[in-house]
Amino acid sequence: MSNTVINIENAVVSYREDIALRGVSLRVKSGEFVGIVGPNGAGKTTLLTIVNGLGKLIHGQVQVLGHHVTPGSGHFLRKKVGYVAQAQNIDPRMPMNVREVAMIGRYGLLGLLRRPGEHDWKIVDEMLELVGMTHLARRPIGHLSGGEQQRVAIARCLAQEPELFLLDEPTASLDWRAKTDILELVKLIHDSRHLTTLFVTHDLSSLPVACGRVVLMKEGLIWGEGSPEAALTDDNLSQLYDMPLSAVKARRKEAILI
Amino acid sequence: MDLSILGYQFMQNAILSAVLGGIACGTIGVFVVTMHMPFIGVCMSHAAFAGALLGLWLGFNPLLGAFGVSLASAAVIGPLADRGELSPETSVGVIFSLMLGLAFLFMGLMPGTKSGALELLWGSILTNTRSDVILLGIVAAVVVGLVFLFYKEFQATIFHRDMARSVGIPATVMLYGILFLTGATITASLRSIGGLLIFSLILNPAAAAYQLTYSMKRMFLLSAGFAVLSGLIGLLMSYLFNIPSGATIVITSSAIFGIATFFSPKRKVKPWQKKPLVEEKQ
Repeated sequence: MSNTVINIENAVVSYREDIALRGVSLRVKSGEFVGIVGPNGAGKTTLLTIVNGLGKLIHGQVQVLGHHVTPGSGHFLRKKVGYVAQAQNIDPRMPMNVREVAMIGRYGLLGLLRRPGEHDWKIVDEMLELVGMTHLARRPIGHLSGGEQQRVAIARCLAQEPELFLLDEPTASLDWRAKTDILELVKLIHDSRHLTTLFVTHDLSSLPVACGRVVLMKEGLIWGEGSPEAALTDDNLSQLYDMPLSAVKARRKEAILI
Repeated sequence: MDLSILGYQFMQNAILSAVLGGIACGTIGVFVVTMHMPFIGVCMSHAAFAGALLGLWLGFNPLLGAFGVSLASAAVIGPLADRGELSPETSVGVIFSLMLGLAFLFMGLMPGTKSGALELLWGSILTNTRSDVILLGIVAAVVVGLVFLFYKEFQATIFHRDMARSVGIPATVMLYGILFLTGATITASLRSIGGLLIFSLILNPAAAAYQLTYSMKRMFLLSAGFAVLSGLIGLLMSYLFNIPSGATIVITSSAIFGIATFFSPKRKVKPWQKKPLVEEKQ
């Protein structure tokens, strides 16, 4: 298939004594929005790291944007892959402002010995505008709230002009409002740019509505997949999270009330 | 003041050493402070001291020993620091104490007087030779040159290593580069400032600069400026009152840090915090 942008075949990844992925295969088509759901420690983050070449495969292979991911091709590929992690603890005294942090997204593309020019700053300013952070552009990055920092992280990622958009629990530790805003922003970006997006979360309420396919992960394996309606049934969740069916039903009923 | 002292070559060497060593130490300090690795720097400077003593004991160039052993310690510490989430302090502490133990061992094994060893411990900028100045000049030029050429890569690595990696910047190479430059700077400054004191000339000026600015470029300039100032004022005090130069330089740099902290805008309410929120959104 020519429009397959990610093709993972039987990937095994191990850190020290733990096996993080135990044979995972996944294909993602161009423009798809895939949610990856599962309990902590299921291997969701590891799955993202083998896509951007930071995780080390001990078995299997991964093709991204038509290239085999190898330790050698990692740098080259990462320039085309945007990655937003969960909110980081940033030193409030960090001597960098919001605009400079967003510009880091273009550093890989620019390559060694080249400085950002007018064109690069224009792109960064556009992206800050898109995520609604223009009014804070000159602020020290450490003075922003968690939600604002995540918006900047998304702007940084878009400034990279990525062909793939990876988000790893971008809304973890954010308040309800900030979480909702980030999810809407991610949906907006996917809808307007048709950017292939992988969205990892352990929290079902953080799964964006834009999500077209859900992959369920448990203990280093893909445990199930399908459309959100088909995959996220009470039965599936009960088994995925090892919770009694009645508890899952009660919890989801509560969640609807929010 | 009688300026005829400036005509003597030993004084010229000392002044040049203070300026060049200050530039190198102040620049390196920015990495140490912003990347939160002061303990790693302390460990590397003690490793350099141990290496220099090894050289003195076995009869090879002490600076070669200093550079070798401090790089060896960096090679052990680097992977620990790079792991990120895990705090490497315990392992660095073990290496630090090992280096101190080795230093005293070599000092004990050394035959004859220990004056050479003590000089490496306290430093004596007034006995620096032209070749010390040249070495400091080379190291300062390399440090400043690399920071200038790879500024954006260093900046991203300082901000967040994993994030730098995820946009395609070789953050691991940058981190090892920083450790390598730290080792080189410590080695070149060892004879002027001394193994016990050199680290404060790296840490204090950068820590002072960190208190004063939110711009990384300005932080590099301020830090190098403060380090040079510490060197020159310390040298002057040492000359005027006939007291050890390493000590006066380090105490001056600590005083600069104290003053900077006192006037730090980072400890005060920010201008935008005084404005009502409504105004802000417009």
